[in-house]
This record gives sequence, C-alpha cells and structure tokens, in this order.
Amino acid sequence: MIRPILRRVGAGVLVLWAAATAAYLALLAAPGDTVDAIIGDGADTPLIRAQIIQEWHLDRPAVVQYADFLWRAVHGDLGRSYLLQRPVAEVIGGQLAPTLKLAATAAGFGILLALVLALVARRPWVRRLSSTTELVLVSTPPFLIGIVLLSVFSFRLGWFPVSGDRGAAALVLPAITMGLPIAGTLAQVLRDGLDRALEEPFAVTARSRGLRERSVLVRHALKHALLPAVTMLGWSFGVLIGGTVIIEQVFGRPGLGQVTVQAVSSSDLPVVLAVVILAAAVFVVINTVTDLAYLLIDPRLRRS
Amino acid sequence: MTIALTRPGTARLNLRVPRPGVAAATLFLAVALTAAIGPSLFAGDPLAADPLHVLEGPSGRHWFGTDQLGRDVFARVVHGARHSLSIGVAATLIAVGSGILIGLIAGLSHRIADEALSRSVDALSAFPLVLLALLFIAIAGPGTTSLIVAIGVALIPHFARVVRAQTFVVRRAAYVTHAVAFGAARSRLVLRHVLPNVLGPVPVLAVIGLSEAILLAAGLSFLGLGPQPPSPEWGAMISEGRGYLHIAWWASVLPGLVVTATIISLTVVGRFCQRRFEGREIA
Amino acid sequence: MTESALVRVEDLRVTFHLPRRTVEAVRGVSFEIEPGECVAIVGESGSGKSVTARALVGLAGPGARVDATRLEVDGQDARRFAPRDWRRFRGGFAGLVLQDALVSLDPLRTVGAEISEVLRVHGRGPRSARTEQAHRLLEEVHVPEPERRAGQYPHQLSGGLRQRALIASALAGGPRLLIADEPTTALDATVQAQILTLLAERRAAGETLLLISHDLAVVARLADRVLVMKDGRIVESATTRALLSGADHPYTRQLIAAGSGRRRVSTAEPGPVVAEATALRKVYGDRAVVRDVDVTVRRGEIVGLVGESGSGKTTVAQLLFGLVEPTSGQVRFEGRRFSGVPERARRPLRRRLQFIAQDPLSAFDPRWTVRRIVAEALPRGTAVAPLLERVGLDGDVLDRYPRQLSGGQRQRVAIARAIAPRPSLIICDEPVSALDVSVQAQVLDLLAGIRESDGTALLFISHDLGVIRDLADRVLVLHDGRVVEQGPVQAVFDRPGHEYTRRLLAAVPTLEVSA
Repeated sequence: MIRPILRRVGAGVLVLWAAATAAYLALLAAPGDTVDAIIGDGADTPLIRAQIIQEWHLDRPAVVQYADFLWRAVHGDLGRSYLLQRPVAEVIGGQLAPTLKLAATAAGFGILLALVLALVARRPWVRRLSSTTELVLVSTPPFLIGIVLLSVFSFRLGWFPVSGDRGAAALVLPAITMGLPIAGTLAQVLRDGLDRALEEPFAVTARSRGLRERSVLVRHALKHALLPAVTMLGWSFGVLIGGTVIIEQVFGRPGLGQVTVQAVSSSDLPVVLAVVILAAAVFVVINTVTDLAYLLIDPRLRRS
Repeated sequence: MTIALTRPGTARLNLRVPRPGVAAATLFLAVALTAAIGPSLFAGDPLAADPLHVLEGPSGRHWFGTDQLGRDVFARVVHGARHSLSIGVAATLIAVGSGILIGLIAGLSHRIADEALSRSVDALSAFPLVLLALLFIAIAGPGTTSLIVAIGVALIPHFARVVRAQTFVVRRAAYVTHAVAFGAARSRLVLRHVLPNVLGPVPVLAVIGLSEAILLAAGLSFLGLGPQPPSPEWGAMISEGRGYLHIAWWASVLPGLVVTATIISLTVVGRFCQRRFEGREIA
Repeated sequence: MTESALVRVEDLRVTFHLPRRTVEAVRGVSFEIEPGECVAIVGESGSGKSVTARALVGLAGPGARVDATRLEVDGQDARRFAPRDWRRFRGGFAGLVLQDALVSLDPLRTVGAEISEVLRVHGRGPRSARTEQAHRLLEEVHVPEPERRAGQYPHQLSGGLRQRALIASALAGGPRLLIADEPTTALDATVQAQILTLLAERRAAGETLLLISHDLAVVARLADRVLVMKDGRIVESATTRALLSGADHPYTRQLIAAGSGRRRVSTAEPGPVVAEATALRKVYGDRAVVRDVDVTVRRGEIVGLVGESGSGKTTVAQLLFGLVEPTSGQVRFEGRRFSGVPERARRPLRRRLQFIAQDPLSAFDPRWTVRRIVAEALPRGTAVAPLLERVGLDGDVLDRYPRQLSGGQRQRVAIARAIAPRPSLIICDEPVSALDVSVQAQVLDLLAGIRESDGTALLFISHDLGVIRDLADRVLVLHDGRVVEQGPVQAVFDRPGHEYTRRLLAAVPTLEVSA
C-alpha cells in the first residue's frame, strides 16, 4: 500500500517539474526578446527592463536562470506581473476564492444531477429523453448555455443578478452553466456503467437472492458504475478550468478565469505561466484523489 | 476493440440515434460544408451594415434578424461557416497527423523511448484543452493562425494516446504473434497487420475530434482570441451579440444554436460511423 | 407423477425479442422435479438449458417472453406471480449457483456481506446474529477459518473456496431447491471433484438439486435423472442408469460417446527427434514458473502436457515456440538452436513450427477473410479450397470473417492455417477447451488424422486428462512448473506413480457406460 502511494507522489512531483519546465521553455520560445515577453503589454521603461534582467537573472547563463526559476517557483515566488504592477502570487491568490467557490458549487451540482439522472431515469422513454438531453448538453458551447440562462432568468424574469459576485443568488446561474456539461457526461458514464454491471453474473446472483431491482442497482451496480465515473474526475477538472475562463466572462464574475483571459490577451506571460503551474498542481492533487478513490472502491486494486 | 475517444462524453454516449436522425445530421453537415465553400449560394453580404435596421427581430427579410450594426445575422452565420469549419478542420488535421506519428513511434519503439514519449503525452493530455490553447495564444498572440495551431497542438495528446494504445493492443494481439509463426519480418508485420488495424478507427476519431476543435475554437473566439472583427466567426458573433442580450437575443443565441447543431450533427454522425465500424470488427 | 412435485413445468417456451431478431431459446419443454431428487439438464451451448433453469426463478433475462401451460413451483402457479412473489420465492424457495464465483459474487463486496445479504432480504434471524450465521453457513460448505474468510473479497479466495462461498450464499435463505448452473465449469479437475462432493452432500441431506451442465460425465455421478436438451427441446429424459445403459436418441449416444472417450492410436512408430528442450527454467520476478523441464518430441508423435491452472504449461509452450526466452536451459528445433538466438536466426525455421491457440478468434486478424488468412500460410498461388476441404470446411466460409464462424469452424480454420506450411511440429495450447463436447471429438479426430497422414508431431497442452488420454501417445504431468511424471499414456493412466497424478486422475469425471 505504501509503495504505490510513494510512486504516485513521485509521479506528481515529476508532473509539476515538467509543467514548470514547459512554462519556462514557453517563455524562452516566445517571439522576440525574453524581456519583451515578460513585460507583455506593461509599461516599457529602461528602469523596468533593468529590473527584469536582474530579477530573472537574464544576464547569467541559461542553466542558472532555469535553476533560479525553479527555486523561486518552489518557494511560491512566481514573478511579477508588469501589467498589473503586482507580484503574480498576489494577483492569483486574490482571485482564488471566488473561482473555487464557483467550481465547487458547479461540481457538486453536476455530480448530484448526474446521479439523479442515471439512477432515477431508468424507464425506456425517460432514458431516451434523458440521453437526448445529455447529448444536447455536451454539444452546446457552455457560453451559449450561460447566455440563454442569462437572457431568460436575469433579463426576462429578473430572478438572478446579471453580473457580479454578490450573494448566493449570483452563484446560481454560473454554477448551473458549468455544472450542466459535467452532469451530461457523468450521467452517460454512470448509466453506461450501471447497464454493464446489471448484465454481469453477480447481478443475476443478486436477483436470485430475492433482491428488489432497486437494491441490485444501489447496493451492487452503483459501486461498479462509480469506477469509470471516478476516472472522469480529471476530465471534469478540465471542464471546470475551461469553464471558469469562459463563464466568468459571460457572467462578469471576478476570478482566476478573468485574470487568465486578461493575461492572455495582453501577453502578461508571468501570470499565464503561474496559472499553468497552478493547474498542474491541482491536476496532481485530483489525480491522487482519483487513485485513492479507486483503491477505496475496488479491493482488487489494493494488492501492492 | 475498445477505443478511447477524445471527448469522454461522446465516447460513451449510449444513445442510439434513429436513422432519420442520422440522415438529418448528415444533411445538416452537408449544408454547413457547402456554406463553408460557397456562402454566396445561400446568403448575401455579411459585412453590409444598415444603420436604419439595427437589431431587428427575425423576419422574412432577415431570417435571423439583424445585429447592432444592422448586418444580416443569417448572412453572417452562413459566411461564418467558412471561418469556423476551416479552423476546426485545419486544427484537427494538425492534431490527427502529429498524433498518429507520435502514437505510432511510441507504440512501436522500445521501452525507454516509449516511456519518455508516453509520459510527456500523458502529462500534456492531463491539462485542460483550453489552458493548453491559451498558453499557446499567450505566446504567439491572438489571431486565426495561432488559434488553429493552438487548438491543433492542444488536441495532439488525445490522438497520440489513442493511437499508441491501439498500437500496443494490436502489437500484442494473438494474430500478430501468429504472423511471427510464419516467420514474418518486422516491417511486414507493421505494414500488413499493425498499421491497418491501428489506423482503421482514426477517420471516425477525427470526426469526433473535429467537433471538439470547433467547440474549442468557438470558445476561444468568444474570448476575443480568434479571428478579429468584423470577420463573421461564430464564437465572435455570439460574443458581440452578448451586449444586446436584453433587447435582441437572436444576435447571439441563433448563431449559438447553429454551433450546437453542428456539434450534435458531428457527434451523431461520428457515433453512427463508429458503431458501424465496431459492428464490422466485432461479432 | 405425484401431487407432491416441487417443480412442474409443461410446455415451457422462452422467446427473446431482440432489436433485430427473435430467438426461440426454449421451445416447449416439460418436466417435473420431485422433492429430494437430483435432476440434471445436459446440453451443449445454445441448447436452452440455462434459460430453462433461469425461467424457473423468473430470471430468463431481459427481453425474454416466457409462456407455459403449466409452471408450478411448490404447488403455486408461478405464471401468476407478481414481482413481490418472485422475490420472496427467489433465495427463499430456490437458490441459484452460477459458474465462476469470481464474477458471480459481487467482486466489490466481501463474501460475508454477500451471504448476509440473503439473510437480510429474507429476514432470517436478527441483524446481530447474521454475521454469526454467515460464518456457520461457510462452515457448512467446508470453508476453513470462516471468520477470516467472511471478511475477504472473492478475488482473495481460491477458485474452490470462492465456489463454496457462492454455494453458501445460495443456501443462506434455506431454499428447498438448489439450482446449480455449470457449478464446476471454470474449475480445475481436482477442485471440481471437491465441489461435486459438496453437492452430493447437500443432496444426501435432503436438498433437491437441479444441475445444469454441458458435461454429461460431471453430472452422471450425482443425478437421478437426466434431461438431454438440444435446440430448445428435451430430446431424451431418463434415469441416469437407463441413459448410460442404452440411450434412445442418437444425439444422446453421441454425447455419451464423446464423454466416455475413444483412444486414437497411431500405427506408425515415432521418427527422429523434432524438438528438444533441456533443463528449461523460467523465472518471473522471484517466482520460478518453469523449473528444469525436459521435453522431447519425435516425428509423428503426440505428446500431451497436462497440468492445472498455474502449473506453468502455457509458459512451457511459449518457451518452445520461441516467444519467451528461457532463464536457463535450451530449446533445439530440427537439430538447430532455437533459444538464445536472435529472432532472425529463428525465422527460417518458423514455418516448420506452428501454433494453435485456445481462442482462435483473437488469433486471426479481424480485418481478414478466411481466404486471406489461409492463403497467407500457403505458397503464393496455391488454391485455398482443397486445404479447407481437408479440415472439413465448405467453400462458402471462404469469404467470411472469423467472427462470423462457429467456434468449431474457427478452430478448423486455425488448423488449416497451421498445417498449410507442412510443419514438422504443431504446438496446441488447449485447442478444444472452448468447444462443445461433440465438436471437441471432431477436432480431435481431425488432429489425429493429420498426424497419421502428414507425420506431423503435436505437443498437445491441456488441463483435460480425458482429452490427453484420447489423443496423446506420451504424457508429461506438470505441477508447480515441474514435470512430476511422464511416460506412455496408457502406463501413466493405469499405474500413476506420482501422488499428484493419482489425485488428478481420481478427479476426472468419467462415464461408466454399462453396455
């Protein structure tokens, strides 16, 4: 049990290192002078240029620059945004809370809806309706869902605020918008897993014991269906990241997504790189959680 | 033969679309493709502004209404097909081509090279597509070309993984072992057994990858990182119309529905082909 | 018969309405089961035997339509059962034991939880006593250390213990009828014998048994009566004794013939040595899978390699075939070194050495037709049809894909492909294990004929002693990676020298046909 966990942690460190290296290489690969890339669209004065050269050790050999970059990244120092005139860690730290709140709410809503859809909608025609809805959900650009929800519930009906992050009401529409595609996909995976499990011999055995169909579903099949669904954790994380980038724009919410889009459009590379490294860190965490969840669900994997 | 597809949602889509549905989806794609090639067959000038008819609702004259400059939304959607579809197709080609190459090399090479390639591809594919594309655009700057390359590069890991996994399965399949029994040389094995069985599913994967690319392109253009105004790109149109949502929903919702219809059609057709393909492979 | 029959079935029909076609799985079956009786339904795959058994507990399967003029269980009309009645009846009146407990018990739940579940559903005893009762049930089916085992998952138990646990869970509701559907099929011979003994014990204790099996020999020891099914109908129904002393239906006679075995001896003397392995040893990690195995195969000889799962027989095949390099020891083929040399050196010899696998489907490129598969093995321009004819296949399979063929046909294609380059040795790894008994006999005939006419040597690997006895000249008994006994088949079977061989032989179910 110890060895696989150690291996996992090792792999995690490796991914983080790879992400940081890739970020650093991206910086070098940027067209033009590295100093230009770091300044981005920020104010360009000789003083700032000198400051950048000193801070990034651009006058030293590349190996030293790289080592120094890694060393600082390990200590949470991700450089400075010259566009915003603030340290990157501060820029990102300040925007973390609203994004986390939104992502967590959306994930919770999506998972809950998926479970309900997969477990409850089991009659043939309900299934057909439900899987058609899911097809539409996963095929619709998330921003369109947001726009439609906005125009109906905010502009038409006035139930929810049009933009901003004030109060729980402001969270409802963005969370639904982000949660729906997750729900659509997860429900499909869960339903498929349930269907497969229900065809397995152990399901026949369970029925032959006099179990209700509902008990076979919940007590036996669900655990089996959770395995592929857990695999989707990493994918959902991608949807959430992609979601925040776009949904925060649509609903005018503050957050990491806004920061990222702004940084990308004004070539504020230090901020973009920090977001990439942060995403890698979150990915490592999610992956570890996924693996642990696997071990928890499936005893067959517990042999080391 | 199980094949992991790019978008898990569509991969496991357990929906049997009835034949009329598949036919409708094919027809829609055909129309969209025609529009991308010769938009003037369907609609007039997408750039002609008409200050007297700003933000008018859908009517017989303007099927999808007009936008804030009085331009015909339908004409813009039709002309936008060229931008959106060609971005999607070009990006998919980049992704499929490089993906096949990397996947095959990894799948056929010896342990260490495979480890190195696969691990880096794994690490890349773990990243959200949007983030990879954003990183690329941040470096290369916004615009159509960088959008294409960004999406293409972001999608490479998916194809590389599928092709590598498939190569692995085929390489270890009993029928390849059997070919060894006939004293077949390595090059012959690869050409006659491995390649055809690996590449068979790729066209179907590409169709589904295309839907992914179009969706991503629309999202990035929506953020203003794609073709710059006044180009009628679908995502950009939706973004522009957003400011007038409270008085003119059609300017952004109708182009959005066209994107959705395209994605659904691609998914349905892709799934249909895949089912046919698998039906051929499996009893 | 009498009023007291436990199960009474008249004109049972089960039809599956699938999306594109309708399958009549059971077409008018009638039988009765008396209390305390042991009835066996025997038939090959697709005969409808399992569906019949499952229809008795209302689990014929999705899309199944069940009709019967009479379907009585325990004196009640099951045709009028509401779902509730069925649930009370399942587990409570009838327990079901399926094949392979690894998948028939929920792999994500402990064995104890699976047994307790039955107790809970049927309200047997208070909650606090259920754990205790589960332990008692495990003890009843002779699972040692029941407390520890109850906390384990199916994959942590051996095949035999798993199957016992599955039986314990079927017994938990105290059913009067135990339905066992191929209860020993996935098991090794010695374990199979133990499970059969356990079932015999239940029967002696007064339990009514319905056994389903493809293997007449397995159930003949246990059953009072046998129903032989073919294509959804009962073709013969008789007491086991009557059936064995003279079956009426030709199909039954065929089954009995296949089950009781028939030696296929060669008249020719074995020729020079074709392949020779000396002191073969293969170590994976810190586990020696094959230890000091010597094998010699001569021209025109059939050498049987027998062993249970995990004995290392498949690894021996891979070593001889040059797919795996031995850790130490050497393989020589046609006088030349075949191990420890690069694949390039083996390639010229490859066509002289062929391989037939258990699962022929995966051994064919799925995109190739039969014609192309066989043609590839033949010299360019040679016609394929005559070769197919030799293995008993019509020309109309030529343009079909392997997956469109039956299991027997596929194995024939595999044989055709293997004999095409006129090899001196064919290694056969369990080539008939996945086939029905009657088809098995045909394929064995075919292989024996090829040896006879071409002088091809066969190394025949099997877990099935019966098959080895019917086909091989010499036999090697493999146990824990070692050859524990070898010699001419007759001698080894008549006077086994090693304790393990004796156990193995004792476990083989055979039909004692009283002529």
